[in-house]
Amino acid sequence: MLKYIAKRLLIMAVTLWVIVTLTFILMISIPGSPLNSERNTNEVVQANLEAHYNLDEPYYVQYMLYIKSIVTFDFGPSIKQPNQTVNDLLGRGFPISFELGIITIIVALISGITLGILAALRHNGIIDYLAISLAVLGISIPNFVLATLLIQKLAVDWNILPPATWSSPAHMVLPVIALATGPMAIIARLTRSTMLEVLTQDYIKMARAKGLSPWKIVLKHALRNALMPVVTIMGTLLAGILTGTFVIEKIFAIPGMGRYFVESINQRDYPVIMGTTVFYSAFLIFMLFLVDIVYGILDPRIKLHKKGGA
Amino acid sequence: MEKILEVKDLHVTFRTYGGTVKAVRGVDFHLNKGETLAIVGESGCGKSVTSNAIMRLIPNPPGKISNGSIRFKEKEITRLSEKQMRSIRGVDISMIFQDPMTALNPTLTIGTQLVEGLQQHRKISPTEAKAKALDMLELVGIPNATERLKQYPHQFSGGMRQRIVIAMALICDPELLIADEPTTALDVTIQAQILELFERIQESTGVSIILITHDLGVVAKIADRVAVMYAGKIIEVGTKREIFYESQHPYTKGLLNSVPRLDLQGEKLTPIDGTPPDLFSPPEGCPFTARCPFAMEVCDNVYPVTTARSDSHKVDCWLQDERAKQLLATAEK
Repeated sequence: MLKYIAKRLLIMAVTLWVIVTLTFILMISIPGSPLNSERNTNEVVQANLEAHYNLDEPYYVQYMLYIKSIVTFDFGPSIKQPNQTVNDLLGRGFPISFELGIITIIVALISGITLGILAALRHNGIIDYLAISLAVLGISIPNFVLATLLIQKLAVDWNILPPATWSSPAHMVLPVIALATGPMAIIARLTRSTMLEVLTQDYIKMARAKGLSPWKIVLKHALRNALMPVVTIMGTLLAGILTGTFVIEKIFAIPGMGRYFVESINQRDYPVIMGTTVFYSAFLIFMLFLVDIVYGILDPRIKLHKKGGA
Repeated sequence: MEKILEVKDLHVTFRTYGGTVKAVRGVDFHLNKGETLAIVGESGCGKSVTSNAIMRLIPNPPGKISNGSIRFKEKEITRLSEKQMRSIRGVDISMIFQDPMTALNPTLTIGTQLVEGLQQHRKISPTEAKAKALDMLELVGIPNATERLKQYPHQFSGGMRQRIVIAMALICDPELLIADEPTTALDVTIQAQILELFERIQESTGVSIILITHDLGVVAKIADRVAVMYAGKIIEVGTKREIFYESQHPYTKGLLNSVPRLDLQGEKLTPIDGTPPDLFSPPEGCPFTARCPFAMEVCDNVYPVTTARSDSHKVDCWLQDERAKQLLATAEK
């Protein structure tokens, strides 16, 4: 197990390096620079500024400086937001984005799995059809459409919930619904179909023949097996939720990390681009790693330390 | 002898898009305490459906016990509520399934799966439950039981898994064990071991066994009595001796002729030509008529009356009728 984790950490570092390098190449290849603006700046001032941010150095030196900043986890000052380091921005934005993401994942998992189980148990019943209709709706409506709809109806027209910002649990309801609906629908559909398959297995019949109660059969014998595919797609869903936070944070004016990520690219704020990209990638890579670990816990047939496995 | 189970006029139907399948059409049999009854027949004849009906494990919908009675000791199984039924399953009546590779949950340890039935039905501490599980593993012949309890199904071979399934079925000391093709998925040497295990268990616990199989070799080894099923009906029933040496029904004879025999080496096996009837609309007369070499006009139209040749040996065949016997005698001349 430890050997497996060590190996995975190494692969994760390589993945991160590839991402950083690609980001760097993309960053220098988009036209413009953080110091360009409509105003005509004095050439000397311009040169001084470039020197200050090491933008006058050749690319390979800049690249090395970026790598250094990542290894030391000190991304330096933001170019566009004076008196603030990238670490400041991350430190302020990340807890909020993290909160939004985690609550969304939990909500999506719990509601999706519950809906999937209910649909499977009442196969071809009213609950099944309702759940499936809901799932299809959830998959087909983009989160930004849902978000604006929710704001219009629940916040503006009916005045039940606050429309924006992130200051109390009530404020969290709309953004979380907007962000969680898509993943929930996918999880519900997947849980339903695998659950239906698992329920026909011999070991479920065996459990019934032992005289176990229906709920015990579902929770103890069926669910764990039915969840395997859900764990498999968790990686993709996590990436989706992560990028979804950019949009949702923008719509609901949530002061998370997504704002800096998007703005930094528009403003060519190189240190912030690098900092947020590295941070997001590292986070996603780590979550995927956790998913693989969970896989091994859920299914004893998957042995993480042996190559190939059983 | 005390009857532990009595099935009378059992009908089971399945509703499908294509119509209603009459899978079991009026089955009568009984099981005495401590004996082994084998129910034999080809695929689709209703033997598994019959056993699932006794456990009330017919999926409903589409399946339904549409008529008849199943009496287990003093209880009428067909009238019990699902909750009452749950207190019988695994406790009084247990079941063993065909494929040990799929009958165990791959994500739970053997220990968990062994004790859960026990903990469901008996007030028992985890330590006692574990001790009982160890006893059971020993009984079915699994070495290193203490370590084995912590292992998962994929760490066992097919034969070992079937032993575990048997241990699981027996852990609450049931009085009736239904084994649905318990050796079909195993290779021959393991089959013999498992059959011996059944015999040993029956000797030590006195459990009554219903053995569902299509393998007459298995029947010959461990059955006391045999019921032959065809197209949802029991067409002949008798002691093992009566079925193997004095079988009367042409179908039973056909089955016996299609089994390879060591003393007749080199001879070709005689298959039964044709296929069983469509159970969407089973024939009114004897369902075997179309394949029967001795079919008469009456066979097509009227289901044969049951003829008792002895207290234990009963046949549903028109050939048992006195008039048919005369006819056969003249034909032979």
